[in-house]
This record gives sequence, C-alpha cells and structure tokens, in this order.
Amino acid sequence: MTINIPTSEASGVLNLSRRSLLLGLGAGALVLAIGSPSALAQEKPTKYGGDAMEGGLKDDPRIFLSIGDDGTVTLLCNRAEMGQGVRTSWAMVVADELEADLARVTVLQAPGDETRFGNQNTDGSRSMRHHYEPLRRIGAAARQMLEQEAAARWNVAATEVKADNHEIVHAASGRRLGFGELADGAAKRAVPAQDTLAFKNPEQFRYIGRDKISLVDNFDITTGKAVYGMDVRVEGMAYAVVARPPVLGGKVRSVVDTETLKVPGVLKVVPIDAPGIPSAFQPLGGVAVVAENTFAAIKGRSLLKIEWDDGANGSYDSVEYRKTLETASTTKDGKVVRNDGDAYAALESATKRLDASYYIPHLAQAPMEPPTATARVTSDECEVWSSVQAPEAIRIDLSKRFNIPLEKVTVHTMLLGGGFGRKSKPDFASEAAILSRAMEGRPVKLVFTREDDIQHSFFHTVSVERLEAGLDADGKPVAWLHRTVAPSITSIFMPDPKHESQFELEMGAVDVPFAIPNIRIENPEAPAHTRIGWLRSVSNIPHAFAIQSFAAELAAAAGRDPKDYLLELIGSDRSAFENSPLAWNYGEDPKRYPFETARLRQVVERVAKEAGWGRSLPAGRGLGIAAHRSFVSYTAVVVEVAVEDGGAFTVPRVDIAFDCGPVINPDRVKSQLEGAVLQGISLATIGEITFKNGRTEQTNFDGYEVTRIDAAPKEIHVHLMESDYDKPLGGVGEPGLPPVAPALTNALFAATGKRIRALPIRDQLA
Amino acid sequence: MATFTINGSAHTFDGDPEMPLLWYLRDVAGMTGTKFGCGQALCGACTVHVEGTAVRSCQTLMGDIEGQAVVTIEGLSPDGMHPLQKAWRELNVAQCGYCQVGQIMQAVSLLNDTPNPTDADIDAAMSGNICRCGAYPRIRAAIKLAAGGA
Ligand code: FES
Ligand code: FES
Repeated sequence: MTINIPTSEASGVLNLSRRSLLLGLGAGALVLAIGSPSALAQEKPTKYGGDAMEGGLKDDPRIFLSIGDDGTVTLLCNRAEMGQGVRTSWAMVVADELEADLARVTVLQAPGDETRFGNQNTDGSRSMRHHYEPLRRIGAAARQMLEQEAAARWNVAATEVKADNHEIVHAASGRRLGFGELADGAAKRAVPAQDTLAFKNPEQFRYIGRDKISLVDNFDITTGKAVYGMDVRVEGMAYAVVARPPVLGGKVRSVVDTETLKVPGVLKVVPIDAPGIPSAFQPLGGVAVVAENTFAAIKGRSLLKIEWDDGANGSYDSVEYRKTLETASTTKDGKVVRNDGDAYAALESATKRLDASYYIPHLAQAPMEPPTATARVTSDECEVWSSVQAPEAIRIDLSKRFNIPLEKVTVHTMLLGGGFGRKSKPDFASEAAILSRAMEGRPVKLVFTREDDIQHSFFHTVSVERLEAGLDADGKPVAWLHRTVAPSITSIFMPDPKHESQFELEMGAVDVPFAIPNIRIENPEAPAHTRIGWLRSVSNIPHAFAIQSFAAELAAAAGRDPKDYLLELIGSDRSAFENSPLAWNYGEDPKRYPFETARLRQVVERVAKEAGWGRSLPAGRGLGIAAHRSFVSYTAVVVEVAVEDGGAFTVPRVDIAFDCGPVINPDRVKSQLEGAVLQGISLATIGEITFKNGRTEQTNFDGYEVTRIDAAPKEIHVHLMESDYDKPLGGVGEPGLPPVAPALTNALFAATGKRIRALPIRDQLA
Repeated sequence: MATFTINGSAHTFDGDPEMPLLWYLRDVAGMTGTKFGCGQALCGACTVHVEGTAVRSCQTLMGDIEGQAVVTIEGLSPDGMHPLQKAWRELNVAQCGYCQVGQIMQAVSLLNDTPNPTDADIDAAMSGNICRCGAYPRIRAAIKLAAGGA
C-alpha cells in the first residue's frame, strides 16, 4: 500500500523540501534566501506583547512570502489553525497591504522553528493581536519591492507607480505589469527599511474589516480533504495507544501482555517510564501497544492486565476536596494579593453584609480531535507531524530527550481539530517519538482515544470563590472581600506552590475594576492532585462567574436593577489601575492596554440595548447580564432563559457585545464569540470532571457531557463595537467565554428567584 | 471474507471481523475524511452512509457489512458541490472543521428523509453530532439554506 506523506500543498501544510524550493531556490520567487533577515522589528527597552515572547516577532517578507511567476502568492502561516480562522485572517492582512488578490493567495503552514519564524505558540488569544502589525509590514515591504521593480523597468520614479489588485500600474502611461512578471526582479531588491514603509489607510482596505470572507480551508474541510493531525499518513507507519496510570504520579506495578500479543496486528508492547512529579508536559508513562492499525492497538490494550501503584494522589476525591476548598475559603489569613483601604473594618461598619460561596469544578478541554501525533525518530533525526499549538515545545523536548540537535528536529504543524489549551502541551508528541524510537525508527502514529483524552487532560482548575461585601444605607458597596481558592497551573512545573500565580490572579480576581473604596483579595492554599492546565480563558472562568454572580446578588439585596448596579460598580470612566499598574496585564504594556472602564461600560450598555434589557417577558422567562475584561478585550453578555415548571430550561437567545479594538476578520470574530457562548453554556449547564480514588469518574461524552445542537440557543446576536484601526488589537479566541455562565445563572435568578452558586447547573432548579 | 463497496468501488476484507468500519476506512483504505471522535457512538464525527442511511462507522463492524454499499464524504459529490457542502461554505460554518464531515453526512441523511426540516427535525436528527467549537447556529442555518429555506 502506498501512503503519501501528507505535506502537499493540497493539505495546506508545507513540505520542507518544497519550502527550500519556494523560499530559497525557486526561479521566479520573490523571496530569495540572500542576506540576513532585516531587523525590521525595533527593540524596545521593556518588551511587551509579541516582542516579549520567545523568538519574538519576525516581519521579513522573505521568510513568509513568495510569489511565483504565475503570480501565485504563497504565505506561510506561523500560527496553528485550530478553528479561530488564523490562516484566513493572516492572508487577508498580507493580501491587503500587498494589494494582492486574496483568491490568488495560497496559505501554507510554517513548520516549527522559532529561530526562523519567530514565536509560534498559539495560545493566549494573541495570533492577530501580536501579528497584525508585522503582517502589514510584510505585505507593505513586498509591495514596495514590486513597485520599485516596475518603476525601474519603466524607468520612472517609484512614486509614480502603484499596486492595484495584483498588478503594478503606471497611471501616467497606462502601463501595467502583473505581480508574477515582476516577482523575479523584485526578489533581488533590498527589503525596504521599516521607516520607509507606506501603509494603506483603513478606507483603502479591501479585505481587513470586511465580513464574510470565505475560509481558505473551506473546500478541504467540507470535502474531507483537510488533513488534521489525526489524518497524517506516513509511509510504513505503525499505530499506537498507551495505557497510562489513571492517577497522577502513579506507576505500573506489574503488567501481563500475553493476550495482547495474540491480537492479530499487534507488533509490540512498550513500557514507558513514569515521570517525576511535577511532570510538566512529560508523558505520564504506562504501557504502549504498537500495532498495524488503530483498532488492533486499542483491542490489544484492552487485553493488558496492569496493576497500578497509584501513589500519593490515589485518594483524590472531588467531594472531599470541595470541602477542603470551602474550609480554606472561610479562613482569614490567606495570602493577601490585593488590599485597598481596610475591607475588614468596612465590613464591620457596613449597614448590610452579604456573603456567597461559588464552586466551579474541573473541566476537560475535549477538543473534537483527540490529541495525536505521528513521529519518525532515527538515530540522528526526528520528524513529527502533529496538531499542536506550540511546535517549538516539541522540538525542544525531543532535542533534549534524544540528544539530537534542534535543527534535526522537524515538526509539521497540522490542522488542529480544536485545541482549547490541551494541545499546547505536547506530551502526546513525546509519546509518539518514544515509540518510534522503540520501533527502531519506524514511524508511529500515537492516538489518544476519547477515554484517554478525558482521563489524561491537563484539567481546568477547580475552585471555591468566596465573596463578601458590605453595603451602606443606600445599598452602595463599601467593602469587597474575595477569597479565591484553586490549585494552580504552576503546580505542573514546580513543587506544589499551593497559591495561584500572578497570571491566574490577574484573570479577573485582582483586576476586579469595581469602584469600591475597600477591596481585599486573599488567596488561601489549595494543593494540586492532578495536572492543572489551560482551558480557553483559564482562571477567568471561575473568577468572572463568582464576581459577576455576586454583583447581581448585591443588586438584588439593594433592590436595584442588575444592569444599572453593575454600571455603578464599574463606576466612572477611568484607567482602573492607573496608580498601581497590573503586573501581568496579559503580557501587554499597561500604557498601551490600560484597563479602560469606559469600554466595559460601553459593552454593558450596548448589549443591554440590543437585547432589549427591561422588556416585559412572559412567566418563566428571565434576562441576566454579566461583563468581563480578559485578554485585553471587553465582553458583555445578556442571556435569556425560558424555565418550565419542574425546572427544565432552555436558552432561546444570547446577545454578546464585544470590544477587541479593531476587528480584522469580522466573520471569524463572530464565530469565535458564537463558539464561546456555546462553550460557556456547556460548562455552565452540564460540564464537570470529578475525581474518585484519584481517577476521573468521566471517560467519554456520556459522562463528560457537552452541549449539543438541541440545547444551543436558536438566536445568538453578536454586537461588535466600532473601533479605529490605530487602536491596539485585543484578544478574540478566549474573552467571549467568561461572562456567559454568570449571565446565564443571573437570568435563571431573574426567572425563578433561585440563585445557582455551584456549576454545573444540571437539575438544581428541579 | 467480506465484499462490499465504498463510494462505488469494490473492496474485500479478510481481517478481524470486529474491526469497526471507521478504522478500515482510515487506516486500511487510507480514506481519512471520516473522523474519529469518541469511538462509542457518542459524537457523530465518524458518520458515513451504509445502504443510504447515516450510521456511526465506529460502531459498524467489518463482519456486518457484507454486500453493503458504503458512502463516505469522499464519495458524496465528485466535485464537492453537494448543496449542503455549498451551504456550509457559503455560511463559513466550520471553526476547526473536524466535526463538519460527520455533520454534513448526517445532514444529508436528514434532508433525504425530510427535505424541509423544522428546528425540531434538525434537533432530533443532529443531536448525535457534537461540535465542540459550537458552530451549531451556523449548522442549523446551513441546513435550512441547503433545504431552500432561510
Ligand atoms: S467516533 Fe463514532 S460516534 Fe464518535
Ligand atoms: S468545528 Fe470544531 S468541532 Fe465542530
């Protein structure tokens, strides 16, 4: 059987040998590997944003662009595509500044190589936020090279010629040359210095900001031709699954593989060492079964007889752990992480005191494509094909693991069938590589079954958020005390830190923007007993759920409208942390990206208006509102619920107003927000991972439920705020999610008077 | 030995009759359009048509398909221009796109049975297909668009 290595242009993934053709040696290519990449990116004294990322930002057109003599523009996309539409959005920006016809732009995926391409870690809602400006510089520089070439050929000043839809035009004489005809000569020209680049005015944009641009991968996706990591086929490959310790820190005590080896197609049983704890992104160890096809591997694994030594986390029990968190949340003297005024004294003297405790369980990302990687590891080379968010992390891991120079480790980033944070941890790629080694260099595709995915996630944290407030005689809050208790992501990297790190605390807890004179935020200890990881919007989920629920509870206690009360809590228009800048601020310069309360106010006002806040509703219906800043964008949500007698409910309509600064690709921003609404509803209503005896009690979509079409709102209205293109961009992928759950539970309160403080809601209204 | 057709081509199989059609398609026949999502009939990513009916290929065993006609996404339309495929593109339904082959194959079956589905028909037919990215509003709109409504 012949198997094609899936690195063809059709799959949109770059073949390395082809890359050298395109970018190094190809006649007619704009891009020639001559000279060193120009240092277009200016160094700043303190680095923020993309400049502060490992590998930084690159904007040399020769790295990313080529133009064939037929005029085809080929763009290397440097960020993983996982449903956010980055491949389409990048092409839009470059095509616009290049003045290219988007239909003649082909997008290929850059292989992992941060030295060459700059930072490639696709997470943190950063792909467009960090790359919009470099992409414009790439397009503008290449356009100017084409213009200079045409001007030279016509012997006219470069200022007299202009690019126009894939041609360079000399208006005075009516002469025109296509990009393809100019590419060869343009490629030999120097890349213009950054300060000589001329950019379009926003009113000249052809693609940026335009709605309904067709996805570059649309045809392949709808015809089954799109090649995801799971679809990689490499000549001669074997297939593998791994039986991993069900408890973090567990080990194999004994294994019997007699029956496994009898399964037709099973090739080998391979033990994998358990890592030390903390295990970072390392595989969990266990026993692998390598076979001629996935089915034989799965069947073989089911016949292994393994005794596990569970280790210290074998008693992890979610029911007990919740009690531990609740106890910690009622204990004073936790680590103080913010302290304005004197919240304790103000609570004592308040007219009215309220407190509430919220619980948000573990979650698993469960991307539709489970983790998977294919690897070929010989004595001096590694090649990996995988749907990964961070290809460089694999390169570094494999280079160290096998003592192979980094340049000899190639990682092809395939399309991701969803990521949501799970695929920024390359444990699955390490496993594939370990197994290819064990198979003496035979390529191995390692597949996580859904059971593997759900049991061996890097789980969203579990938390208790306890809030207490004091109101004055007018119902205005004078004191705010928040205790946030949750195991930290950093527990996977260091001996259990027990406290949330700054970046977790700054996901909504310490950056609460409310205009309250006395604010105290404490972070009592919470030990970790499983791997904690990033899940879309991360700690913003519990923090926003608790804070936005509690804001509505205070409004109810004060007898006020929740929207009006929320606006008063947000207070006057200001930079909320002007005097004590946020330490992390999503990696962005607090001067360029201050916490602007006006923008939070505006999304609240907009969503309220669009949703018809205050309209009269039939019995059983209710509206809830919530708002949140995350990833330097601002979101407000109104959810409408319809509750039946007996407590069953539906969500007929959701309105979401969003301010991420300038919008590059409105269709993809909307689709990300629609998706965020669905994932928010999913985690609010039915999402939960629980542990018993150290193991997850859920293993597939029967236990770990996710929202299906019958529970999806029939109407989702997305309202994008207007912004000038000279404003900095905010994140898009994650910030839609955090306010959805509290808007939903606030709506249920409006409809029924019942306050839900623990997620998921399930049948709590029954 | 089982003899059957995939997209009109004859295939024979004499391996483990317990092997699900899903893995035959993906690993043996090299047709990766049909996706693996759960392996337990819980997600619909693996949906294909057997004898004209949408089935979960992860639960369809090779031992049971003797003489049957299998159609996968690769065989749905020779040029990718099935009305549902066109509607899916027109509305940019896909996010990551991984579930969408299964969604389309399920929707084809729905429209075959019910050319003008109501929301309730769509809910009933499509609830077995998970989209973790949450493209449901557009999936619903695309089905209606292809059906000639909306
Ligand atoms: S893989 Fe068959 S239904 Fe999920
Ligand atoms: S588009 Fe990603 S799972 Fe449906």
